[in-house]
Amino acid sequence: MTAPGVAERLTSLVGALRAHGMRIGTGETVDAAQAVAALGLADRELLREGLAATLLHGTVQRQVFDPVFDLYFPRGVGGPETEPADREDLRERLSAALAAGDVVMMGQLAAEAVDGFGGYGTSPGSEGWSSHQTLDRLRPQTLLARVRENVRARNGSSGFADRLLDDEIRRRIETFRRQVAVEARRRIAEQRDRDELARRAVATTPDRVDFLYAGKLQLAELRRTVQPLARKLATRLAARRRRASRGSIDLRRTLRGSLSTGGVPMKPVLRRRRPMRPELVLLCDVSGSVSGFSDFTMLLVQALHDQFSKVRVFAFVNRLDEVTRLLDHGAADPEGLGARIRAEATLTGWHGSSDYGVALGEFAERYGDAVGPRTTVFVLGDARTNMSDPNLTSVRQVAERARRVYWLNPEPHAQWGTGDSAAPEYAELVEMHECRNARQLGALVARLLPV
Amino acid sequence: MSSGPIRAELEAPLLFTSVDDVSARLAATGYLASPAVATTVFLADRLGKPLLVEGPAGVGKTELAKAVAEVADARLVRLQCYEGVDESRALYEWNHAKQLLRISAGRDETWDETRTDIFSEEFLLTRPLLTAIRGDDPKVLLIDETDKADVEVEGLLLEVLSDFQVTVPELGTITATRRPFVVLTSNASRELSEALRRRCLFLHIGFPEEELERRIVRLKVPGLDEALAGSVVRVVGAMRAMDLRKVPSVAETIDWARTLLALGADTLGETVVRDTLGVLLKHQDDVLKAAAKLDVDAV
Ligand SMILES: Nc1ncnc2c1ncn2[C@@H]1O[C@H](COP(=O)(O)OP(=O)(O)O)[C@@H](O)[C@H]1O
Ligand SMILES: [Mg+2]
Repeated sequence: MTAPGVAERLTSLVGALRAHGMRIGTGETVDAAQAVAALGLADRELLREGLAATLLHGTVQRQVFDPVFDLYFPRGVGGPETEPADREDLRERLSAALAAGDVVMMGQLAAEAVDGFGGYGTSPGSEGWSSHQTLDRLRPQTLLARVRENVRARNGSSGFADRLLDDEIRRRIETFRRQVAVEARRRIAEQRDRDELARRAVATTPDRVDFLYAGKLQLAELRRTVQPLARKLATRLAARRRRASRGSIDLRRTLRGSLSTGGVPMKPVLRRRRPMRPELVLLCDVSGSVSGFSDFTMLLVQALHDQFSKVRVFAFVNRLDEVTRLLDHGAADPEGLGARIRAEATLTGWHGSSDYGVALGEFAERYGDAVGPRTTVFVLGDARTNMSDPNLTSVRQVAERARRVYWLNPEPHAQWGTGDSAAPEYAELVEMHECRNARQLGALVARLLPV
Repeated sequence: MSSGPIRAELEAPLLFTSVDDVSARLAATGYLASPAVATTVFLADRLGKPLLVEGPAGVGKTELAKAVAEVADARLVRLQCYEGVDESRALYEWNHAKQLLRISAGRDETWDETRTDIFSEEFLLTRPLLTAIRGDDPKVLLIDETDKADVEVEGLLLEVLSDFQVTVPELGTITATRRPFVVLTSNASRELSEALRRRCLFLHIGFPEEELERRIVRLKVPGLDEALAGSVVRVVGAMRAMDLRKVPSVAETIDWARTLLALGADTLGETVVRDTLGVLLKHQDDVLKAAAKLDVDAV
């Protein structure tokens, strides 16, 4: 049915995908084997699509699937059979390929580049291959001007769309960088344990990255998911709102209407949706490691602001300040949001570590009127009080005035209450949820946000 | 390419001989398939599995099902999902009005006889899911915008798509003699259940590559100048990279190209772009943002 070794490779591929948290059953694996049989091995890209169609169940899984597929069904074996590349010559040919937008040629050049500049060890490549080193030596990002000239010389000016050229070239350079990464990984896989590599060297989807351990690049990637996530949540909230209003009968108005039919309620009157949308208050710990989580959540809430009649956002470390306005302008510059809040709001007194008790007390005292019976309050933070008084009285006060109070904690549930965490005490007063990654946050927001 | 002994007996004859065959024949009906689309359609046919197509609005999900129906010379049976769609809309329903008439016509017979009569074929209103599994003629069943239906409907779909049979208590079990080619579409406004996903082959259709989109525009708006079509696609591509509330889809690209043709524009210029941005973007703040990025003064 299939070439020898293919079944085995397929099994390993499925194993690696499962290790990344994908639920793939035997049924899907059988389908995948049938797809291989039906498609053959001659065209690698068709095989890729066929396996994706049979094994995957959702769009986000694709970004894990592709690099794993590249490891188990590699483009070839060994380096390109060309003369070792000369840097200047390679840059010249790369500019031409970028100018033409020739992705196939760019891929070949990526292979040459890794072969020529990516190897390290006593003899090049004896210890490994590095995409970082390759890109560092080749510096494709410095080709922008050259490529632009190249395109102009080729097509002349194409009028209006010309103003898009620089961004288009940047996107192509980005594609080339990814091709280099794929190629370096393929070369490494020839030297190391492929299964190990597929589990460790392939990044998990951004929505599963732990907020507390996300690096700078991962946070940037996460920020790019804010808008799509917000759009998805907005439709879900709208659906919940419609469901909530559907089918509930307004007894008073039904009876009133029945007066004309001699008191027999002929036409049930359905309750209309509350004319006022709910109000939201966010209290965000923006100190240290928690800041990645609260920045992301603030951006998400900002993107959803038209779902609410009013949104007010407060940030704290050990002092608390309103940052609603900073967030309004934050939409234009999401990367800068955290820095802007820390620069412009008064968040710390005479020391720099977080103090929930003081901050929450300040909220209850100064902004108590921000909370009323229509308000849902979200507190974001790890509830680590640095051994100071958690000030449960203030939290109780806020909870009494608000419609609901939820606490989203980016720490794993198992760590609540360890060390200086006051999570269990707070969780007795308000509903606390573990919220470690964007996936959990999305699910919680869709479920908990008032409609 | 070998064709394995993959499908069970009750299935229809194979529609396609190869992935290239899929592309070529879909193209002949006016649908230009990416390699991913062609491969997945080919496999859906080979493996006899329903195809779940997910992706943003306006990328050709519905159109794909129509094109497959045309290629297969099959009848398109469409279940359009919406909030509140239920068994009586999706599967079948008894024609109560007609049953009442029949009863009150009151022939000389026992109630048992009447009952047998009014629960017969003649009084059955067949809805798309039932229609799709009855009869020997080739059919494509399109379950469109599945995510709009309530979760409960998924159970029903799962049942029908597992066995291709439906039980009507008064009539017995109806089993497909010929399996339809099934396409479900979803805009992902709600996560479909894992069980339903497992029944299906999964296909994500996103925005097409530049080259494919250019071909789509040229095909759908034949009078448009080739260079202008290229610029149109580039501008739309740039907008998709912007942080907008709703980025333009293929449907909007085609609309914009038609508008430009109707205006007699032969190149893109600041004025014509500014005057027609509304065709591409539906929100005023998106229009302003895009205008700023494209360096044209918005009105
Ligand atoms: N690959 C394609 N080939 C031909 N036409 C396409 C293609 N993709 C999209 N279209 C066109 O785009 C429009 C929107 O397609 P539709 O199927 O309604 O989108 P969806 O169902 O994904 O919302 C249709 O007019 C369709 O003809
Ligand atoms: Mg559609």
